[in-house]
Amino acid sequence: MSTAVETTTQLPVGTWKSDQTHSSANFAVKHMVVATFRGRFDELEATLAVGEDGNAQLIGSVEAGSIVVKDENLQAHLGSPDFFDTERYPELRFVSRSIRRDGEQLVVEGDLTIKDQTHPVEARGTITDPHETLGGAIKIGLTLETIIDRTKFGLNWNAPLPKGGFAVADDVKLTVELELAQDSE
Amino acid sequence: MRVLGTPGSLRSGSLNLRLLRAAADLLPPEAELAIYGGLKAIPPFDEDDEGAPAQAVRDWRTEIAAADALLFATPEYNSSIPGVLKNAVDWASRPIDTAALRNKPAAVIGASTGMFGAVWAQAELRKSLASAGARVIDRELPVADAEHAFNPDGTLAEHDQTLVLAEILAELLAETDVRAAAY
Repeated sequence: MSTAVETTTQLPVGTWKSDQTHSSANFAVKHMVVATFRGRFDELEATLAVGEDGNAQLIGSVEAGSIVVKDENLQAHLGSPDFFDTERYPELRFVSRSIRRDGEQLVVEGDLTIKDQTHPVEARGTITDPHETLGGAIKIGLTLETIIDRTKFGLNWNAPLPKGGFAVADDVKLTVELELAQDSE
Repeated sequence: MRVLGTPGSLRSGSLNLRLLRAAADLLPPEAELAIYGGLKAIPPFDEDDEGAPAQAVRDWRTEIAAADALLFATPEYNSSIPGVLKNAVDWASRPIDTAALRNKPAAVIGASTGMFGAVWAQAELRKSLASAGARVIDRELPVADAEHAFNPDGTLAEHDQTLVLAEILAELLAETDVRAAAY
């Protein structure tokens, strides 16, 4: 007799929209070779749409100018043409091509666009089952993480260090933590 | 279209002023080069003075704001940018999120009496301008042995240098076109 426990591969049907206050988009990058520097984008929107047939798509966007770091001078520099060039490229965008779920585990493949340069990425993370919350709102939680090479997206600024190495690494870890509410419309 | 040309040296016989005038002759009819000659009047940057900056600072920021693009011609002093020029960049970089230099298209050229044509100073000025948020053209024009680099009519003696200068100006003006289209 089989005792295998089945894990769901089904995504929750419906349209799920991010709660701005309780969702976040963060980045982390090696700084001065030795440490990890973190920052975030405050303005983000994400929608997960799952049809009755199981077809699903995740679309997310981040306002480039909403980048937040602890120093205002660095924040301004990150918005300048040296980095995100927010005047010309106000949005970072992700559109999924496939979403696979195995229990709590989630693998999302899609296209990430930064500074008008689009490259495929694979993000891994978790998803929860729907849960009824205050006021009867049905919510799910979703986390995703991926590592990108920032230089592929035109984020090339760097500074050499006196004894070798560079101020900022090329690889950047992107993390989103989304609280998504079922859209009642 | 208004290009603000700033020579990095102050003397009346400045070779970089001559270089800017050579650049002016290469601009298309719809663009004009205005020479900024006020660097000497700009006081040393002092954060304590930011609340009420000197008139010369306000004028400098106004000139930058009124320009569609910036063209700097810098000499090289002790392997770097002249202090007065760096000081002016520092003033125009503040306050950082609304700075006059922010997103402003900018190009750097340079002349020196030596054999390297202020190439280090140009690199350092590009770095400073980019750090201040300007949209910097990643090109250089090192005019070496500059006392002998100009024809009597003010044009550059070496045709190749004229071509490079024309290319840099074209890239600079193209940046202003892209920027205008964004609005």
